[in-house]
Amino acid sequence: MSAWRFERPPDLPLPQPTEEAQPFFEALKEHRLVVQCCADCGMLQHPPRAMCGRCQSMAFGWAEMSGKGVVHSFVVTHQAVHPALVGYTPLATVEVELAEGPHVTSNLVDVPPEAVTIGMAVEVAFEEVAAGVVLPLFRRSATVDSAISN
Amino acid sequence: MAAFSNAVAIVGVGETDYSRASGRTELALSLQAIRTALDDAGIEPREVDGLMKWWVDTSTEAEVAANLGIPDLAWWGEISQAGNVGAPLVAHAAAAIHAGLAKVVVIYRGVNGRSGRRYGRGDVTGQGGQGGGAFTEPHGLLTPQHGLAMVARRRMHDTGITSRHFGMQAVAQRRHANRNPRATFYDRSLSLEEHQASRLIVDPFHLFDCCLETDGGGALVLASADRARELGKPVVLIRAAAQSGPGQESPAVRGAKRLFDMAGIDRSDVDVIQIYDHFGPFVLFALEDYGFVDDAAPLVEEGGTNFDSGRLPVNTSGGHLSEAYLQGINHLIEATRQVRGESTAQVGDVRFSFCDTGIGTGSVILERGEP
Repeated sequence: MSAWRFERPPDLPLPQPTEEAQPFFEALKEHRLVVQCCADCGMLQHPPRAMCGRCQSMAFGWAEMSGKGVVHSFVVTHQAVHPALVGYTPLATVEVELAEGPHVTSNLVDVPPEAVTIGMAVEVAFEEVAAGVVLPLFRRSATVDSAISN
Repeated sequence: MAAFSNAVAIVGVGETDYSRASGRTELALSLQAIRTALDDAGIEPREVDGLMKWWVDTSTEAEVAANLGIPDLAWWGEISQAGNVGAPLVAHAAAAIHAGLAKVVVIYRGVNGRSGRRYGRGDVTGQGGQGGGAFTEPHGLLTPQHGLAMVARRRMHDTGITSRHFGMQAVAQRRHANRNPRATFYDRSLSLEEHQASRLIVDPFHLFDCCLETDGGGALVLASADRARELGKPVVLIRAAAQSGPGQESPAVRGAKRLFDMAGIDRSDVDVIQIYDHFGPFVLFALEDYGFVDDAAPLVEEGGTNFDSGRLPVNTSGGHLSEAYLQGINHLIEATRQVRGESTAQVGDVRFSFCDTGIGTGSVILERGEP
């Protein structure tokens, strides 16, 4: 099991980010996981938006995340319900709750689908999935599974 | 009761046959359903002056008006989102009639959901990595079942509800479909064991947790309550309607408050319930969020959602799981038939009929009116 390694279906869509989402993906190229942060009230929001939902500011910075989190939920695709999934099932997709609060969708690089559990502690593992495209994948963290999400 | 309450009625309902390959255009399906609904109402097409459609419906109001020979279309509209706008369309149409903007409004949905663009494959909702899809689709969340399975898994974790409970609801709905000759699964039974043994599509969803994909059409005709009383059919009044922001936290919880405040009735006054079942587990979640029960698990363990349970009959036509996936218009048709006493799984004497068409994003309460 320790040899198991996530194989990303190559035909999955690549991100085509909006203008306000660009900095998220630019930072990934530098192996930094950042989240949009309101310049006025400090609220983190993900996915990024044009306006802060708390104070209506349109000025933003980008806060670097620790990359640590826990699995908040997950699904396992068994039937290739989309052409990109053919030959790549079962495929686990996880929703990670970052230590700082925001949730991100991802895949676990070193945990087979049948072993994923809610509450599992994970940390970011940057992976270049196409030329110039880096995605924030996650690996099982050495730390004890956290109670954040339980 | 609000001024809006019981001012407008559903006076006609109609649907086409349901199939996997209609051999007709989506426009033809809508027109056929509209003609059936107008016949049901006893209203001539030339009287129709309002049209409303799902935003995702491919038949424009102009095409429909031209085909029906509507001489003076006074009012039309559509509502964004995807399948989940049936009750909001009823609310908008009723508001227009109540405000005097239109007299007879037809709501229609015609879709080749199996032979054409398939929702279950992401044909309609897929974003190709754009918009919000930039954050989800590259990781394998490509279809409606993916995102909703994620929500369902977390809810199972938080509440302890299990796949067996989902199966119990699927079995109850199949039993209803087995009484409904229009239903896709009219002649196929389902046991809890078969549900549990059915293949996983996107875990935690088994095959029989997922809605059908259907070719078909449905239509509703709305007019004033006064007009409804002239038509000689049982009168089905729109007692209350509510929408609740999609994508926001717990839309059903917030929508339910508006809905029942407007209706001025309690949950326990409701005789029969229809709930949008793109995925069966969400029927149970909605029963909790709307406040019908605190915990749906014991309800389904006791068979309490069966039409003859005397408890909370839910999805009495078979719903999206076992009748057809017509994006909620079949739920609205069934909610109307229950008030009229015309359902194939009739729940005794119905006064209040509840219908959700989007897990909280839209709901209505219908009431039997005096003739």
